[in-house]
Amino acid sequence: MHELSIAQNIIEIIQQHVPEPKWKQVAAVRVKIGAVAGIVPDSLKFSFQAITAESALCHTRLITEYVPFRIHCHTCKATTENEEGFAMCGECESTDIQVLSGTELNVVELELDETIRAS
Amino acid sequence: MSIITVERKVLEKNDELAARNREIFGTHGVFVINMVSSPGSGKTSLLERTLEYIKDSIQITVIEGDVQTDLDAQRVARFGVPVVQIITNGGCHLEAQLVHDALGTINLEGTQLLIIENVGNLVCPANYDLGETMKIVVASTTEGDDKPLKYPGMFRNASALIINKTDLLPYVNCNLAELKKNALRINPALHVFETSCTTKQGIAEWCQWLKEQVVKKK
Repeated sequence: MHELSIAQNIIEIIQQHVPEPKWKQVAAVRVKIGAVAGIVPDSLKFSFQAITAESALCHTRLITEYVPFRIHCHTCKATTENEEGFAMCGECESTDIQVLSGTELNVVELELDETIRAS
Repeated sequence: MSIITVERKVLEKNDELAARNREIFGTHGVFVINMVSSPGSGKTSLLERTLEYIKDSIQITVIEGDVQTDLDAQRVARFGVPVVQIITNGGCHLEAQLVHDALGTINLEGTQLLIIENVGNLVCPANYDLGETMKIVVASTTEGDDKPLKYPGMFRNASALIINKTDLLPYVNCNLAELKKNALRINPALHVFETSCTTKQGIAEWCQWLKEQVVKKK
């Protein structure tokens, strides 16, 4: 269950970008999760909810965005995707590839609802 | 509604601490391996066989990561090498900060090879860089041949795969060729070793390779 410590890291990033009186205004946090990042989006949402429950971030929604595992082949120049995280070209099966995406775990942006009064 | 663009890695704090550890290791010329696997794959037994084989030619220090108890540290201490136990108290993986905290109790000048035995877990440790020179993943034949497909993260970031408990192959449902093929599909650059801690088959090859890596790095 490392989703719990991941959720804690996300909270720290929110707190670094928004001054404390405005924490209540954070309506959503958008997180990009790569296909092979080793994170289960539902577990992360559950963990995030659990540790924000009694805090100023209790109304913050965690929105996850899926990023496919995509590789570029240096041999046949094809760009292919696979769910399994195989480092092998889907066209010619060459292993001379470069990973383009799918390993990321990033906080992308925050949504602030200014109609909620800051404390 | 207003939007604040953030674009930050969630684990950047750990990554920064890992970079700091790596710098410290570099300054002192310490080669560091982070051993990862599921629980019960034989990491500690493999460590014992490895110590037996190379402790007289290389100065080794061991960090043991466990959820509870210092049983593994006791096993390792019998070989007369310095060992530091990190107990995570329920935590499912080691983080760079925990390793950094442990460095204060380690004689880095007197260490050529630092072996970190991570908490037995094939999921979480993959995300946490500790500042190691390389990750070594251990998979045992009793776990079956599909582990790399189920837990690709651990195999993707490793430099070597040790397939342990090969002496049990006649009794378990594990196709060795399939296991290797699956691992190499995830990470074609993996160095693969086959070992048995009971018969000691393959231990020499693995230790010889490890020694070469440590010497090469110097």
